[in-house]
Amino acid sequence: MHQTFDAALGINLLHANQEGADHNRAHFDEWGITCINIMSSPGAGKTVVLERTLAAITQDLSPSLKAAVIEGDMTTELDADRLRQYGVPVIAINTGRSCHLDSKMVAGGLHRLVHEFNPSEIDLVLVENVGNLVCPAEFEVGEHAKVALLSITEGEDKPLKYPVMFQEADCLLITKMDLAPYLEIDVDRIIANVRQMNPHATIIPLSAKSGEGFETWLSWLKAQVNLRKSQKPSTSAQTSHEGLI
Amino acid sequence: MHETDMTKALIMTVRDWWEAQPEQPNITHVHLTVGRFTCVEPVSLQFAFEVQTRNTFLAGAKLIIRETPLIAFCHTCQAEYQPEVGIQYACPTCRSPMEDIRSGRELKVDRVEYAAPHSEPSAPIQPERDSLQSKP
Ligand SMILES: Nc1nc2c(ncn2[C@@H]2O[C@H](COP(=O)(O)OP(=O)(O)OP(=O)(O)O)[C@@H](O)[C@H]2O)c(=O)[nH]1
Ligand SMILES: [Mg+2]
Ligand SMILES: [Zn+2]
Repeated sequence: MHQTFDAALGINLLHANQEGADHNRAHFDEWGITCINIMSSPGAGKTVVLERTLAAITQDLSPSLKAAVIEGDMTTELDADRLRQYGVPVIAINTGRSCHLDSKMVAGGLHRLVHEFNPSEIDLVLVENVGNLVCPAEFEVGEHAKVALLSITEGEDKPLKYPVMFQEADCLLITKMDLAPYLEIDVDRIIANVRQMNPHATIIPLSAKSGEGFETWLSWLKAQVNLRKSQKPSTSAQTSHEGLI
Repeated sequence: MHETDMTKALIMTVRDWWEAQPEQPNITHVHLTVGRFTCVEPVSLQFAFEVQTRNTFLAGAKLIIRETPLIAFCHTCQAEYQPEVGIQYACPTCRSPMEDIRSGRELKVDRVEYAAPHSEPSAPIQPERDSLQSKP
């Protein structure tokens, strides 16, 4: 007696998140800010890399990067507090039970960032995503580039087992290189595994402890910012940062 | 646990369609395409869907997942191949990296099936007669 009907939808599951991400990116572009989404499994070294990066940036006296951080953490502000010591704007986003940042959360963070600080005085926003090798890769937040971290303690096979994040990364940091002498790890094999699915990413082995690789990493970051600066005709950067998000 | 947010996105997508209908239909089936090269695990998604739709407009609706394989195109060989997820992604013939993914990234609500909202012909007549009677 009940007739059944069919309706074709053909809608991507992530379309709402994608729209939000594009919206965030439009704001970043308007302000001339480069946004980098930093992702890895828990404990691969995201916060430590950020600490050393901020230390280098804030000590650099030559015309340098003016960075801010959006910090995604499931429950605590521990990582955010570590980064505030460097005197840069840090916005903590409590992601609650969600195991990744999404574009809506980052929009909220952006909103706070531009109300508490002047966006025309920022040229780089570093987003530390929630430690998770799976989900963050599917949820864009409005970034211009994705950075994945893989610590050498995680094993060579991780890019093969969790390929999406490594396939999407524009830059891969192979972290904790100072531990290499104590481990049986073949860094060339990590690189070969990533290259199977990502021939283009910049791959930088580094150690936050020894500082190895940081020069290359910092110049990659600066190149990202310069790329956007040269693309953007520097028009009214601070005209309309209210009520738009 | 990782599927919770994906399920939320799924429910929201279907809800947008459902709310846009002139009369809210009773959805019986939701058809979803999930590519093999995504972060979604169909079994977990199925479970999360059952749990998260309880007491909602989708209560009792069935989730039907169609999985699509990972298919890449090798430009050197000018041929498609199926990488072995978790093991090998480069072209098995010439070892070129996987660059051009032709299938496997889909995460799409294809269609929904629904029953016609049941009409009760007596209901709308009642108030009309009342209003007539109430006229002096
Ligand atoms: N030896 C060594 N240890 C490191 C290095 N980088 C990070 N670690 C250690 O790895 C642990 C985790 O580092 P975090 O920076 O907190 O990692 P994370 O990716 O931010 O972790 P979550 O935010 O919890 O996902 C800490 O104990 C660090 O001291 C490194 O280059 N060398
Ligand atoms: Mg951290
Ligand atoms: Zn080939």
